[in-house]
Amino acid sequence: MHELAVAQALVEQVDAVIRQHGATHASLIRVRIGPLAGVVPELLASAFPLAAAGSRMEHAELDLVAAPVRVRCQTCGVETEAAMNSLICGACGDWHTQVISGDELLLESIELETTSSLPPES
Amino acid sequence: MCDTCGCNLTPGNKHLAFKPVAKGATAVSVLKGLLAKNDDQATHNREHFDRRGILAINLMSSPGSGKTALLEATLTALKDEFTCAVIEGDLETENDAERIRAKGVQAHQIVTGTACHLDAHLVHDALHHMKLDGVDILFIENVGNLVCPASFDLGQHFNVTLLSVTEGDDKPAKYPVMFRAADAMLLTKTDLLAVLDDFDPDKAEAHLRNLANPAPVMQLSARKDLGMDAWLGWLREQLAAQRARVALGQSRRPAIQSDGVKYHSATSPTPPSPGGAQSHATRASS
Ligand SMILES: Nc1nc2c(ncn2[C@@H]2O[C@H](COP(=O)(O)OP(=O)(O)O)[C@@H](O)[C@H]2O)c(=O)[nH]1
Ligand SMILES: [Mg+2]
Ligand SMILES: [Zn+2]
Ligand SMILES: [Zn+2]
Ligand SMILES: [Zn+2]
Ligand SMILES: [Zn+2]
Repeated sequence: MHELAVAQALVEQVDAVIRQHGATHASLIRVRIGPLAGVVPELLASAFPLAAAGSRMEHAELDLVAAPVRVRCQTCGVETEAAMNSLICGACGDWHTQVISGDELLLESIELETTSSLPPES
Repeated sequence: MCDTCGCNLTPGNKHLAFKPVAKGATAVSVLKGLLAKNDDQATHNREHFDRRGILAINLMSSPGSGKTALLEATLTALKDEFTCAVIEGDLETENDAERIRAKGVQAHQIVTGTACHLDAHLVHDALHHMKLDGVDILFIENVGNLVCPASFDLGQHFNVTLLSVTEGDDKPAKYPVMFRAADAMLLTKTDLLAVLDDFDPDKAEAHLRNLANPAPVMQLSARKDLGMDAWLGWLREQLAAQRARVALGQSRRPAIQSDGVKYHSATSPTPPSPGGAQSHATRASS
């Protein structure tokens, strides 16, 4: 599945941020992920250690924040929660809606260690 | 500010950046799409197409829904009208590319091996093996898979998703990510509708609308030459629109693609949100 490709892209991005900030490693990586992004959080979580092995984030905690699916109705203007396979307006039932949350796949934030305090090697 | 994350800082979230969390630690707000690198490459690919006035179409479906058969029929029908080219990603072998070449049309086979989707870099590599000058329409036949291909922008202008009538009319409800991404949905192999009693084209369309997708739905049979006119007409219309955009220096992205700008406005930088974002953490230590 493509979660490994996504994990590799994540590692590349985090590595660039670590370098730009002159940090030694990342301790926490927070990713916001909606069900409509097409990436399964559990698969991303299990692919991450493979992609991160030997990198400056191999001991980082990956925090996957599940974004709720929400739509805004173009007919009645109301914002409601929706299911990923039924994106109709929860207020009036119209299907002319816009997804305002739930399709994101976003590197939200990173906690960087700026001093070398790596956990002891096993 | 660094170029990786600085562009994503807005007055609303600026306070989150570089907030010290512990001695020797820094929290950095990034707010960047995970597939940004693929998306950048896709934008570059789109520039290749737009510079030459090419219309690029990404065909997606389950394996065996009739992508290659549709291409064969389409290329035959358009042979005197347009110059077409095809990038084949569907099989490990050269079979599909050879079926296209048999129509006298330029085809490049991407050998994906075990990969289950095309990405923008694979397509860019393929472009360097092709003669693009004079091409009007470039078709990209994606790997037969209703899951992964929807997540990767290739630089196409349109996503066309095929659903064959042998598959079940509830596929859009089962694979919402894929069908939400469709700019057009083609119900294929309609010659078989007569012998199948469990596929209702209206239900398939209703499932698509439930995904808030206004895409046109066309019914056709490439093998029996049914309903091809609406599809060919749609292609002609989109090529004309593409040429008009190019003349104005504009481009078009598929209706649904990851879009950093949209994320900025749609994502509150401080979870949990009112919708009740849950969080589960995973240790990545090896
Ligand atoms: N009856 C019928 N069979 C079709 C039609 N289009 C494709 N097929 C058959 O479906 C199978 C898979 O088609 P193919 O084009 O290779 O699918 P792809 O994997 O999506 O490229 C082949 O056996 C085709 O002959 C059609 O319009 N009608
Ligand atoms: Mg094929
Ligand atoms: Zn994949
Ligand atoms: Zn409404
Ligand atoms: Zn930065
Ligand atoms: Zn290039």
